[in-house]
Formats: sequence, structure tokens, C-alpha cells
Amino acid sequence: MSRIVVHGLEKSYGDARVLERVNITAEPGEFLSLVGASGCGKSTFLRILLGQEQQSGGVVVVGDQPIVPEPTPQRGIVFQRYSVFPHLTALQNLLLVEDFRSGGPFGRVFGARRRSARQEAETMLERVGLAHARHLYPASLSGGMQQRLAIAQTLLGRPQILLLDEPFGALDPGIRVEMHELLTELWTEHGMTVVMVTHDIGEAFKLGTRVLVFDKVRHDPQFPSAYGATITYDLKLDRKSRASARDVAEVAAMVGTTRLDSAIATTAS
Amino acid sequence: MLARGTGIMQAGVGPEVARLQLSRPKARLRLINATVSRGGALLLGTLPFAAVAIAYLFASAQRLAVNPSDKLLPSPAQMWSAFFDLATVPDKRSGDLILWADTYASLVRLFAGVGMATLGALCLGVAIGFIPRVRAFLLPFATVVCVIPPLALLPILFIALGLGETAKITLIAIGVAPVMVRDIANRVMELPPELIAKAQTLGGNSWTMVLRLVLPQVMPRLITCVRLALGPAWLFLIAAEAIASTEGLGYRIFLVRRYLSMDVILPYVAWITLLAVTTDWLLVRLSHIISPWAHPVQNR
Repeated sequence: MSRIVVHGLEKSYGDARVLERVNITAEPGEFLSLVGASGCGKSTFLRILLGQEQQSGGVVVVGDQPIVPEPTPQRGIVFQRYSVFPHLTALQNLLLVEDFRSGGPFGRVFGARRRSARQEAETMLERVGLAHARHLYPASLSGGMQQRLAIAQTLLGRPQILLLDEPFGALDPGIRVEMHELLTELWTEHGMTVVMVTHDIGEAFKLGTRVLVFDKVRHDPQFPSAYGATITYDLKLDRKSRASARDVAEVAAMVGTTRLDSAIATTAS
Repeated sequence: MLARGTGIMQAGVGPEVARLQLSRPKARLRLINATVSRGGALLLGTLPFAAVAIAYLFASAQRLAVNPSDKLLPSPAQMWSAFFDLATVPDKRSGDLILWADTYASLVRLFAGVGMATLGALCLGVAIGFIPRVRAFLLPFATVVCVIPPLALLPILFIALGLGETAKITLIAIGVAPVMVRDIANRVMELPPELIAKAQTLGGNSWTMVLRLVLPQVMPRLITCVRLALGPAWLFLIAAEAIASTEGLGYRIFLVRRYLSMDVILPYVAWITLLAVTTDWLLVRLSHIISPWAHPVQNR
């Protein structure tokens, strides 16, 4: 729903440069998959988009304003772990969204507002298949159920941009496929811009409308952390025609994955 | 139906299984793997209590046999009658039932002191742990205050606040609060940054995040803090009562010490222990009620 423009983004920790010269323009409704070797800075990039970390240089514009340097309701996030609140039941987790949004100084809505919030939360639980677990605490939910709850909670916040940090990294392959379907459906319904970081090349190609590879292009053998990663490959996918195995193989070679077969298999599923 | 025991025999592999069951080697597990049954645990748990009781009864009987007016190790009957008198016979001078008056005075001091400390520690701990500016402002101070021995402050408190209740309650509060402040602050700082980021993306501000995220998450730890603080709190209470008081459990113990009244001191110590154990148990129950999520159902 909002355009993201990143221009000349840089991030350093002390002397170590993690990201440099990152430029992207993402149109509203695009689904960006970010892939790259471990430690290449793709998660850092996502945290900068979130506002949890600040860039060392360059600008990030969402809509028509540079982003505020702290997390806001404009950008929703689903992490791999700790993505729901352990002290609240599934239903309370979803109600919390309305409580935070319009609960005032008590952080809680009352009366008719609460009833309508509850209605909305129940509908969303139904939607992600957690209606039977509404009164369970996250500790008694499986990993897949927790992630479904986390996605539901984030979507109730109606973010313009959905950020996903390896959201399915800890799930079993079977559950993962279910989650792919759910996410694709929700994305089609809501039409928000999605930025997803993943280790799974197949997942990147299957879900994304655009695959971006983060890698280092410059190397200094005396000082390996002198240069950071940037976007080395930017592939727009046509949803109608599946990504070709050649594209997948090319990206997999860049990232250095050893599981090329499984990547192609996931893409085809 | 799953075959089990006799079921397997009916399935035709019976003799083999039966032979294996008979010849099953006597399990010699490692010490760390040998579990204890419920009854066994109860028995083992009771043993130390029984051992102490028997040793005391034996020693007491021996001393009393040599000298029936011995005061050092009174018999259970003597202790019970002394305790019963204190609990039911009004004091000649004041008309109070001494045990209950002592208990009331001590518990009021204890709970007032620990209560104030808990409230203060919660506010300060959350502020220090959650707000970087407050942390920079107060954490070094709290760290230094933490290492002052509270009993060394007792004379100062008596001089500054007089010998009344205020000084005793303040001693307890000052004695237990600093550690609680640091513990709560640490717990808040340990909250996963993911949760805090997520709460912000859902529209939480600093205050509503304290209400809906930090307080509920800190509550189990706070109750644990109170449980741990009650030990030192009793110590400070009895120390303060021993020095300047006219009633209270600690005052009574130190008063009758002059007359070697072990028949009062020992039951009083047992009574204090009982009060402490009950408080602790109630706090555990409270934690289960307030934060059910932090206590997953135990497998029974």
C-alpha cells in the first residue's frame, strides 16, 4: 500500500561495515524476498526498515516520509522467535492490538469497543485456524500455531508494510507449506507490501514477486570487514509463469546453498 | 488394543517375553537417573525432621533424668504448656495474650516493611530497566546502595527516626529493597527486544507498554523476589526488635533469654518458622493465580 524507497543505505558497527550502497524502490503491493549468506546483513536491513536499528547513512522513505527511527504501527513485523506475548492467551494476544491502538492510558478498551474488538479477533482466529486454541497460552501452542497467531496479530494492526524475519525458519517442512498458503492468501486479501528475509531459496521464489540477493562485491583480504554487502541481484518474477530452475540455480549459487534440489522442489510445489 | 503384559502372551510371543521379563537385569541406573516414587520422596523428606526430633527427645530425656529442673533442653510437655500459657492466659501486667500480641506486632512491621520495599522496587526497577535515561541516572546509585550493610544503618535510623515503629519498618524496607530493585531492573532488561519492538508496531507507547507488557512479564519474578526477601526481612525484624521494642516475636525471644527460658524460645522459633513457611506458600499460590502462564501445568 506504500512505496518503499531506499537510497544509498549504509550500516556500520564501529569499523565493520555491514551494508553499503543499498538502493531499492519497491512499488505498493510487491512481495520482496531477501536472500543471502548468513551474516550478510539482510536481517540488519530488515531491522532498519522496522526502525529497531538506525542506518549509518542514506535514506529510507516509506510512503512520502523518511521513516521515524523507532518502530511504529506503519510497519508490522513477524519474527522467527518471541513473536507473540507469552503472558496472554491467543485471544488476548489479538485483543491487545485494539487495546494498544485505542485503549488510552489504561492500554485497554471497554464496553462496545471491546465487544467489537473481540468480534474482530474471533474472526481473525477463525481465519488462521486457531479458533479452538483461543484460550491457550502460547507456551501450549506448537511452533506453527504460534507463527499463525503472530501473523494474525500483526495483520490486525493493519500495517502498510509487513516485515517478516525468517518467519518460518523454525518450522517443519509440512507446516511450512501450509504457512506459505496462508501467507499468500492473506497477502492477496490485504495487498500490503511485504519484505521477507529467508534462508530458504525455494521459499523466496515461491512467495516473492521479486527476489533480492545480498552479497559483498568488494573484498579486502587484509581487512575483511572493510566492505559491506549490497544488492547484487534483483529479479522480478512473473506470478503467472513460475521461476525457471535456471534462475533458482543461479541465485542458489550466489548464496552458496548446498540444498539446490530442495530449493527447486519447494519452488515447484 | 495395544498388547501389554498378558496381551503379548496371547499374541503368541508369550514365552519369549515372559523369559525376558524374568531375566530382566536388576536395573543399576546412574545416581542421577534413579528417580524416587511419591511415597519414597515423602519418606525421605520426613527423615531429617524425624532425626532432629528424635535426637532432641533423647538428649532432653537424658538431661532431665539427671536434673529434673534443667532448663536447657525442656521436654515437649514443658514447651507446650509454656507456649499454651502465652497463647491463652492474659499477661498479668498488660492483660494481653502475649503470643498473639507479639505475632501481630511483628507481622505488621514485617509486611509494612516488605510491602513498601516491594512497591518501591517495582516502580524503580521497571523505570531503571525500561527507560534508558532513568537507567543512566539511577543504576550506578542503586548498585552502590546495594552493598551497604543494612544493619550498619540501624543506629542511624534509630537516631534519625527515634525508637518507634518507623525506624524498624524503614530498616526492613531499606534492607531488602536495593536487591529487589536490581533484580527487577535486570528482569526488565532481559525482556526479548523482539517483544518490545512488536508492541511498538502495534501502537504501544512507553506507558501502555509498562502496563500491558512489562508489569505482567515481571510479576512472577517480583513474587520470587518477595519470597527471597522475606528471609533477610525476618533477620532485620528480629534484630530491630531485639534492640528497641516492647513487644514482638524477636523482642520476646531476647527478653526471656535472660532467664534461660528455652521452653519459650524454642516454641517461638518454631512459630516463626511456621509463619515464614505459610507466607512463602501463600506467595507461591498468589503467583499461580496472577501469572498462570508462567507456571505450566506440572505433570502429576
